[in-house]
Amino acid sequence: MKSILILFSYLLFLTHNHGYEIGDVATDFSLTNVDAKMVSLADYDQAKGFILIFTCNTCPYSIAYEDRINALDAKYKPKGYPVIAINPNDPAAKEGEQLTDMKQRAIKKGFTFPYLQDKGQNVYPKYGATRTPHVFILEIHEKGNVVQYIGAIDDSSRSPEKVSKRYVEDAVNALLSGQKPKVNTTKAIGCSIKTL
Amino acid sequence: MLFPKFYIFLYLWLLSAQTVPSLSYAELKPMLNQTGDKVYVVNFWATWCAPCIKELPYFEALNKIENIEVLLVSLDFPKHKQSRLLPFINKNQLQSKVVLLDDADENYWINDINANWSGAIPTTIIYNSQKRDFYERSFTKNELLILVKSFNP
Repeated sequence: MKSILILFSYLLFLTHNHGYEIGDVATDFSLTNVDAKMVSLADYDQAKGFILIFTCNTCPYSIAYEDRINALDAKYKPKGYPVIAINPNDPAAKEGEQLTDMKQRAIKKGFTFPYLQDKGQNVYPKYGATRTPHVFILEIHEKGNVVQYIGAIDDSSRSPEKVSKRYVEDAVNALLSGQKPKVNTTKAIGCSIKTL
Repeated sequence: MLFPKFYIFLYLWLLSAQTVPSLSYAELKPMLNQTGDKVYVVNFWATWCAPCIKELPYFEALNKIENIEVLLVSLDFPKHKQSRLLPFINKNQLQSKVVLLDDADENYWINDINANWSGAIPTTIIYNSQKRDFYERSFTKNELLILVKSFNP
């Protein structure tokens, strides 16, 4: 009986979630950065992978993570895992999410990573991002950018001082040492992605 | 007493203000699994969440109906309890019970509440002794009423 329940909930999960699962090859994109240049994953010929984060300007959870995202980029860009941030919100659906707003935020917070606009909201549904912030760690393989982790940055979005599990750091550290992440899927509270 | 009126006002304000407990998930969990005869409606929201604020009046209206008990679980930042959450509750005169879920291990309690929950809000649970449904979405007033009525035998 229990196994039937597990199977059933797994089926529900499958039908409920569209987007990538661990091991899938993620699509590349060409999106506008806050400096007006176009950015693609393929531009990074020295990278080993990416910390791809769907985040935005106005969500308090995204704002609470800004300093921690800068810290991730500072720590892992030199090791071959740069942060790439994508704003999935439609500016027509949410005030304060225009590219100009994003540029202001990037300057104010001193973002060291690209902060791209998902214009037309075409990229985030392919990944299956549902909230901001939502992280996808990609590892570059011959076959493409393989999804190795989906979820939260750490286990305490609202109180940085209470963080005890650093999911993204643990996952990238594992990949850098040739291992698979022990924890490859996590959840966190976040804001829903705003579209019309 | 320099400003007696002020103190009277403060006293009345404190009387009318609802107290909002900050709960760990272990403390909240029994409130998500009550066994009485009522229909229990649990809404996860926050003062910063625009679609949540929009549907709050619908939950407030439900709470006035006999045999329906509404619980509003705030996911506001604990540091904003005094500066944002309590003023919001008072300004809007919320009558439903409000608690603040202050528990760091989100990956644990999101899955424990419902394995299908991505963690986005608004999210609502409606249950009675017979059945239990989970909704990661927002509602119109009518949609919510129809759903809750389906729980009333």
